[in-house]
Amino acid sequence: MTELLNCTVLVKGMGEGRVLKTGQTISFWGGVDPETGKIIDPRHPLFNEIITSRVLVFPFGKGSAAAPLVLLELARQETFPAAIINVEIDPLLVAGPVISYRFYGKAIPVVKISQDVFDRLHTGQTAVVDCEKSTILIK
Amino acid sequence: MFLTDSEKKILDGGHGEAAALAMAILTDLGDAVNAKRLVKISHVHTDSGFYLGDAGLEFVEHLAALNGRVTVPTSMNNTTYDIERCESYGVPGELGDKIKRIETAHLAMGVNPCWTCAPYQDGIRPKLGQNIAWSESNAIVFANSVFGARTNRTGDLLDICCALTGRAVETGLYLTQNRMARYHVILENFTQKALQDSRLYPLLGYAIGKSCGNKVVAVSGVPKGVTMDDLKGFGAAIASSGATALFHLMGVTPEAPVLENCFKNAGNNYTISMMPDDIRKAEASLTTAEDDRLDWVGLGCPHFSEQEFMTLYRLVKGRKIPASILFSVFTSRKILEWLKKKQLLKPLNDAGVKVYSDGCLLLYPNFIRTSGTMMTNSAKAANYVYSQSGFKAVYGSIEECVASAFNRKITRRRSR
Repeated sequence: MTELLNCTVLVKGMGEGRVLKTGQTISFWGGVDPETGKIIDPRHPLFNEIITSRVLVFPFGKGSAAAPLVLLELARQETFPAAIINVEIDPLLVAGPVISYRFYGKAIPVVKISQDVFDRLHTGQTAVVDCEKSTILIK
Repeated sequence: MFLTDSEKKILDGGHGEAAALAMAILTDLGDAVNAKRLVKISHVHTDSGFYLGDAGLEFVEHLAALNGRVTVPTSMNNTTYDIERCESYGVPGELGDKIKRIETAHLAMGVNPCWTCAPYQDGIRPKLGQNIAWSESNAIVFANSVFGARTNRTGDLLDICCALTGRAVETGLYLTQNRMARYHVILENFTQKALQDSRLYPLLGYAIGKSCGNKVVAVSGVPKGVTMDDLKGFGAAIASSGATALFHLMGVTPEAPVLENCFKNAGNNYTISMMPDDIRKAEASLTTAEDDRLDWVGLGCPHFSEQEFMTLYRLVKGRKIPASILFSVFTSRKILEWLKKKQLLKPLNDAGVKVYSDGCLLLYPNFIRTSGTMMTNSAKAANYVYSQSGFKAVYGSIEECVASAFNRKITRRRSR
């Protein structure tokens, strides 16, 4: 059964992939290895999961000032997620995808959703983030 | 987002391709976070020289190749390793070369190569109400709180975009209403002696940051005589255990008398008492050392000040730290020059103290040893060192760090 959810587009692009969701924040610096796309913080519930090509759903970024550098490195190494979905906007998390799009021409779409929509997304679903229509299609 | 005519001109390439790219990035970000406009800034402290991988290097070399020039005074944050001396502590030549390329690109863009995470110790002191765009969490919180200047946590690479355009996205702490405190921390039952002891402040910052997350904090009970080094250690800790970018110390920091009023009427503030026992708990949670074994004393996180070097010099002069203990201190180029001029460097070196500039203390052991126990006077370093380098950590004052080095084992007094 498919479901169509609304979102607000922060950084444009199209992203399709399997959902990887956590209720915890993600710190990109020290938390994600750009070479492998793996979550390397042993205290994180997604420890050892790979974010590459996944639709990454978490409430908000931890706001590490080095987050733009890490996200740009993920773009350079082609280990970036298919899309990032957050409930709250964190400028430090948005900055990396903005620079990646302008500098490498690689789109990592970032969208904001309501808590209600957040509750309807689950790890393992296949999701299509469409920034033209401001929707998330769950297949 | 609204752009002025001169900002549109930058975006359209009127000030060159590098500034146009930087302006496009700022405009995209402003649109994403729903900002109304950009704000003019008059100083940048940039962390775009921190090497985490080739993406950052490629970005700054691209800007430099497009003849990018900073349009406001711009100081460099520390980079990963000591640019001139990194090979002496095992950093591979290839990595050292990349850091030199980062330096070359930034010099071409006209930055001040001070390479320090404590620019406020290098004479860079923004004014009350001045809009600036700084990176580096300890420098940001210091600029906002101690000077009353205005900056968000700018973020690596965005900072250099701000420098090329003289603009930042107008959100967060550029706006007066967001500088009001949400948490009121009241110090209770501390003796005068405890409040005058430098050992307290990094631990206090660490404890408050853990409780208050990324919110603005006001603290009552810190005496007026608190030193710059105390505020440095406090700020570095509060910004590392939480993500606080602004604190007010009642009766001490420049915006505190005005902001005190915001507690009287606002309903959604939280009040927290902080007692000596909270400090002991904070110290216990920072301690990852398992016994009294000591391998490394690391100082200079943030970079060591002239006053701290004087304290260290008095403690070690004429003595010799055992060769089995690694003793390293990071500082700025300017303060390293000062050490040489004051003829303090040689006696420090003779005592077994290694002094480095430009780089980050936390990354120092990466190519030397993989594990062991580190002692430091920085709650920030004790908090981060395990995740950055695998070293276990224990906190202590400069005096305790030196005593421990001479004793070849961790030697401390308890928090008051």
